[in-house]
Amino acid sequence: MHETGENSGDNILEVRDLVKHFPVRVGVLFKRVIGHVRAVDGVSFDLKRGETLGVVGESGCGKSTLAQVLMRLEPPTSGSATFEGRDMLAMKGAELRKLRRDIQIVLQDPYTSLNPRMTVGDIVGEPFEIHPEVAPKGSRAGRVRDLLDVVGLNPEHLNRYPHQFSGGQRQRIGIARALALKPKVIVCDEPVSALDVSIQAQVMNLLGDLQSEFGLSYVFIAHDLSVVRHLSDRVAVMYLGKVVEIGTEEEIYERPTHPYTQALLSAVPVPDPELRGRRQVIRLEGDVPSPVDPPSGCRFRTRCWKAQDVCAEEEPALEIRAANHPSACHFAEQRSIVP
Amino acid sequence: MTDPSTAASASSIEAHTHVLAAEHAGTETAGAPGKPDKPRSLASDAWDDLRRRPLFLIAGSLIALVLLMALFPFLFTQTDPGYADLARSRQGPSAQAWFGYDNQGYDIYARTIHGARASIVVGICATTLTVLIGGTLGLLAGYYGGWLDGLMSRVADVFFGLPFVLGAIIILSSFGSTGTTSVAQIMFLVVMSIAVLSWPVCMRIMRSAAITAKQQDYVKAARALGASSSRIILRHMLPNAVAPVLVYATIALGAFIGAEATLSFLGLGLRAPVVSWGVMIADSRDIIRVAPHTLLFPAAFLTATVLAFVMLGDAVREALDPKTR
Repeated sequence: MHETGENSGDNILEVRDLVKHFPVRVGVLFKRVIGHVRAVDGVSFDLKRGETLGVVGESGCGKSTLAQVLMRLEPPTSGSATFEGRDMLAMKGAELRKLRRDIQIVLQDPYTSLNPRMTVGDIVGEPFEIHPEVAPKGSRAGRVRDLLDVVGLNPEHLNRYPHQFSGGQRQRIGIARALALKPKVIVCDEPVSALDVSIQAQVMNLLGDLQSEFGLSYVFIAHDLSVVRHLSDRVAVMYLGKVVEIGTEEEIYERPTHPYTQALLSAVPVPDPELRGRRQVIRLEGDVPSPVDPPSGCRFRTRCWKAQDVCAEEEPALEIRAANHPSACHFAEQRSIVP
Repeated sequence: MTDPSTAASASSIEAHTHVLAAEHAGTETAGAPGKPDKPRSLASDAWDDLRRRPLFLIAGSLIALVLLMALFPFLFTQTDPGYADLARSRQGPSAQAWFGYDNQGYDIYARTIHGARASIVVGICATTLTVLIGGTLGLLAGYYGGWLDGLMSRVADVFFGLPFVLGAIIILSSFGSTGTTSVAQIMFLVVMSIAVLSWPVCMRIMRSAAITAKQQDYVKAARALGASSSRIILRHMLPNAVAPVLVYATIALGAFIGAEATLSFLGLGLRAPVVSWGVMIADSRDIIRVAPHTLLFPAAFLTATVLAFVMLGDAVREALDPKTR
């Protein structure tokens, strides 16, 4: 769709017009549906083998819901997604079990994503218990030790409980659990946003190393553009359940065309004090509108400084407008933000 | 920009080269016998922890003693608890009768020992049944939610609305024929009426704990791994939801032994010739001022037993929570 001149054969994941609406119910006994939260509203992207797709956006723009739908934790409202050419949203039974081995998730909060009453050995070994065909019983203990070693933890700490580890170490345990079944795709749902900046770097490096070692593809969700840039080959920017701009890391960071992307980029802190204050900061007014009742036409128009009448009437399609990558803005124009 | 610090990347590369070496070595070392650090589970850790807790040891030995009394009363006394002699009515403790004699001239020591059985059986059976029914339903209601939860909660509300004594009177008087003197049958009826009227409390406690546990991220992670419902319920939700039910169960055990006494007092539960602590306490009600020892000894045994179970529950609850270790 957006991929021009690319062979779709090396796409491991293809998502088309994915929609997830949550009904809003009122009433005690007889519940009425009074509207829908349009968490994800027509998202399309491709993920190539061995590639990292960064997904960025403000809180509440549907990033995590997208991850849940991709993990088959929530049923989609409509749309399609194929994994290695097979429809992954229709899978059931044994086929779904197989899919679970191929797509895994690293969750955001390392403090709640590990069962406090299981030892680290049990947590990392659980995937083998659920999928006994992956590792014969005798080899499991060794596999768990190897996994802990791979993520940079001491394998001797097998019998410790999650509360005995720091946040960064816990996130490594979560990564080891996701790696256990040798998945092809890992969905990282803001894996570093709950960690200190120094620990963030370590975990990001670990994810990068694991990618080159195991040939993983990542869907990397974050609300921090700088975090995403470090790891991503391509970046999709989401706003209110829709992708507003998608392109390679360089296209998004060097030649952003959508006003929302430009605003996000202008908010990235500048590490160099010499440059600070020299560049223009775009301040967005107000909050993200309610996803129950999104604005007509372009959803960003309520906060956009470029908005015209046409923005309220016509919804801009995600297509190539300027700077050779797709952008969903009627007035897309290239503008360099990051110095 | 989140540029990685050189130290971080150096350590991660170091860890990495180490990995490759370990991957080769791992297969030989992992299965080697006599490894000091063999995999452990929550249950074995909890047991190791419990064995070192003085609270558990005291509670455990008290409960063992009471169980021994219940199983083999003749180890403790040779006196017949059913032999009464009005000539020694209300006599205080002496060398022949350590706890004295009651209104009818029964030996209180012998009756306290023999009374353990009925009280313990009723208490433990009623608690087990209540926790099993309430816990299972609560766990299922909490996990599945929806109409199942709605149905179960409404049924629980109906039972919850019945006053305990009224409900027990109805159950015992309609199912227990007046002529019944079979001990087993009366005990069964008492246990059933307690369990039937008490499970909604346990279900509500378990349901709310299960709902809390279900919303945790580790349940999401387990579902993403493809875990079955039974695995999620038993491995992830139950261990994290059991603590409040355990607390309830230990308190309930004491309350149920007391409830048995209440029913005996009303003439619906156990009655003579069955000996139980509840029956003894009920019998002593009229003579507390003239012969307080008739109340003191059975009540002391009852209190000590209940306290032992509360302490046991407390110790088990703490042992099952790795954070308190």
